[in-house]
Amino acid sequence: MLDLSFLLFGRGNYQIDWNKIMLKINDLHAVVGEARSQILTGLSLKVPAGEVHAIMGPNGAGKSTLSYVLTGRDDYEVTEGTVELGGQNLLDMEPEERAASGLFLSFQYPLEIPGVPTMTFLKTALNAQRKARGEEEMGAPEFLKKARALAKELKIKPDMLKRPLNVGFSGGEKKRMEIFQMMMLEPSFIVMDETDSGLDVDALRIVADGVNSLRSPDRGMLIITHYQRLLDYITPDKVHVLAGGKIAASGDADFAKLLEKEGYDKYAA
Amino acid sequence: MSSNDVNIKDSIDAQTVEGVRALEADKYKYGFDSDIEQEFAPKGLNEDIVRFISAKKDEPEWLLDWRLEAYRRWLTLKEPDWAMVDYPEIDFQDMYYYASPVKKEGPKSLDEVDPEILEIYNKLGISLKEQEVLAGVEGAPRVAVDAVFDSVSVVTTFKDELAKHGVIFCSFSEAVKDHPDLVRKYMGSVVPVTDNYYATLNNAVFSDGSFVYIPPGVRCPMELSTYFRMNAQGTGQFERTLIIADKGSYVSYLEGCTAPMRDENQLHAAIVEIIVHEDAEVKYSTVQNWWPGDSEGKGGVYNFVTKRADCRGANSKVSWTQVETGSAVTWKYPSCILRGDNSQGEFYSIAITNGHQQADTGTKMIHLGKNTKSRVISKGISAGKSNSTYRGLVSAHRKATGARNFTQCDSLLIGNDCGAHTVPYVESDTPSAQFEHEATTSKLSDDQLFYCRQRGLSEEDAVALLVNGFCRDVLQKLPMEFAVEAQKLVAISLEGSVG
Repeated sequence: MLDLSFLLFGRGNYQIDWNKIMLKINDLHAVVGEARSQILTGLSLKVPAGEVHAIMGPNGAGKSTLSYVLTGRDDYEVTEGTVELGGQNLLDMEPEERAASGLFLSFQYPLEIPGVPTMTFLKTALNAQRKARGEEEMGAPEFLKKARALAKELKIKPDMLKRPLNVGFSGGEKKRMEIFQMMMLEPSFIVMDETDSGLDVDALRIVADGVNSLRSPDRGMLIITHYQRLLDYITPDKVHVLAGGKIAASGDADFAKLLEKEGYDKYAA
Repeated sequence: MSSNDVNIKDSIDAQTVEGVRALEADKYKYGFDSDIEQEFAPKGLNEDIVRFISAKKDEPEWLLDWRLEAYRRWLTLKEPDWAMVDYPEIDFQDMYYYASPVKKEGPKSLDEVDPEILEIYNKLGISLKEQEVLAGVEGAPRVAVDAVFDSVSVVTTFKDELAKHGVIFCSFSEAVKDHPDLVRKYMGSVVPVTDNYYATLNNAVFSDGSFVYIPPGVRCPMELSTYFRMNAQGTGQFERTLIIADKGSYVSYLEGCTAPMRDENQLHAAIVEIIVHEDAEVKYSTVQNWWPGDSEGKGGVYNFVTKRADCRGANSKVSWTQVETGSAVTWKYPSCILRGDNSQGEFYSIAITNGHQQADTGTKMIHLGKNTKSRVISKGISAGKSNSTYRGLVSAHRKATGARNFTQCDSLLIGNDCGAHTVPYVESDTPSAQFEHEATTSKLSDDQLFYCRQRGLSEEDAVALLVNGFCRDVLQKLPMEFAVEAQKLVAISLEGSVG
């Protein structure tokens, strides 16, 4: 494969600092459900701190499976390989421990939580994470202040924060709420699963602005998407093709455009 | 999966089970046993025991006759078996019907209460010291408390202040002595002596309970509450509560129950009667957390209770709110007789069963007057190997023109070994009645649980949050100072329900 790193000169000297690798996936094999279907078949990937990587690929390639394996969902069983986040063995941890260590998943289909106001949910989650990290809980005034400011930024109406989380929200509202949660929780590594689906252009821009504001030298991101559209707004440092349960090809931001044009056929197993 | 994997998985499962067991053992934090010097009536039940109880309480002749008649009627009755609960036969002769802390003479003031008993209530988080409550933060809720310990009421707080408003709040035994006319006028007028098996038994051997009278036009200045504590081993608790809200008055009343952990089953058969006159309103809230038995289904309280309100006057209103988390077996149907025209009845219930608990609970809304309205919101949550049944009757008499009812029953299942059932009875003798019934059953979804855990909540916190969300509309009906407690209780009762 061509080394396209020269394209990134504008962003500074592109050199992988191997000490700054945040997410390190090595030869990951995973099976799903009672049928134990083999979905991931030796996936390897490294995402350094400060970088945004995109994972693209055809339907059924294992994109969502990857996000669930990383976050530790039941029914997704790793049969081989390792996953490290910030030097910690992720596979040994419960989902909530992974969350507390800074891993956040923006869900493709965010769940409705009836009867639990959005703010209550988020404050409970935030303080559970802080407690797990041995930090002090965030008090109500500070929390409210932060939430109101972010809601304004994401153009979320204040009364939505009082409503039960995601109940009766439109697809776009749910996605925006995921970004809102993400910005409130300030995770160190973000996985976004098909965040652009269900968003119109304006909402897409708002979401992208939010995500871009979270880009920082200490934070890594993995954007899982079927279409290149979102990457017009969030420029990735690297683009990978996931096909047949492993990374089939990698390239820079322009690679996404090429993929969109040519399709995934040639990577299909 | 290779056999090695299976072994590993089994051992992990075993560890989880261990962990859950450890939780079960101390999740019932009210399970302590208190060593109080007590006196008992001899074990068993016969006419002499009935006389003994009556004599202990220094009761008038009419009340002894009342008890004896009830006892004789009880002998002719059969234990009901229609409820969806299953328990071994109760040996009514193998039980104490009267237990009281020793030293109980003269007027009750806090100084005379055994410090050990005060300590118990302290442990339960109930302050019986008025001065402490008074010295509290400004705006802190003030609640008058009647503390019932096994068969007797040990203390009632804020009596003097309530008296200034003409409110009578005292133990039932005191009311018999000090306000015999009121007691005789109202006792048994809502729940007849022979209403049902357990009610009849209660009439024969009832011990103590609370008495409330709110005079016409008075809005009771504070929450009234009774805390029932079963302490003595092998003792039945048979309390009676009588609440009378005179014309245009209002009272909010709160009942809390706990019991120590015992291997054998304890029996609780209470009667609550509420009389609501014209334009008056009564709110009655219960948080029932009797010992539910251990994780094997051993021990626990049998809770067979008859609660009924009579909306006697026009425009009267009664509202029952209950959070039922305890007891091994619950059999309870707080009901409203909507006799007065335009009277209203409400029933809001959260019933949580876990482990081997069984609950058959619901309400009866009996519409007799014109344009009477009732509303039933029931949330049943079943976890572990438990079973929960909603049983409700809504009926309209032919004169109850324009009667309206709305019933909503939601059941939530946690895990695969529990059950939820809904048994509605609807009877209408007038074509103008309008009754609605909605019911849903759902399972706590793995997707929701995972979503919460991905946000950092532990599995148990996630369950508690989701269940609290499920019961939110009922929790909101509880008096404020109680709602927080109830939320915690919901979380505690469901510990170990997943995993």
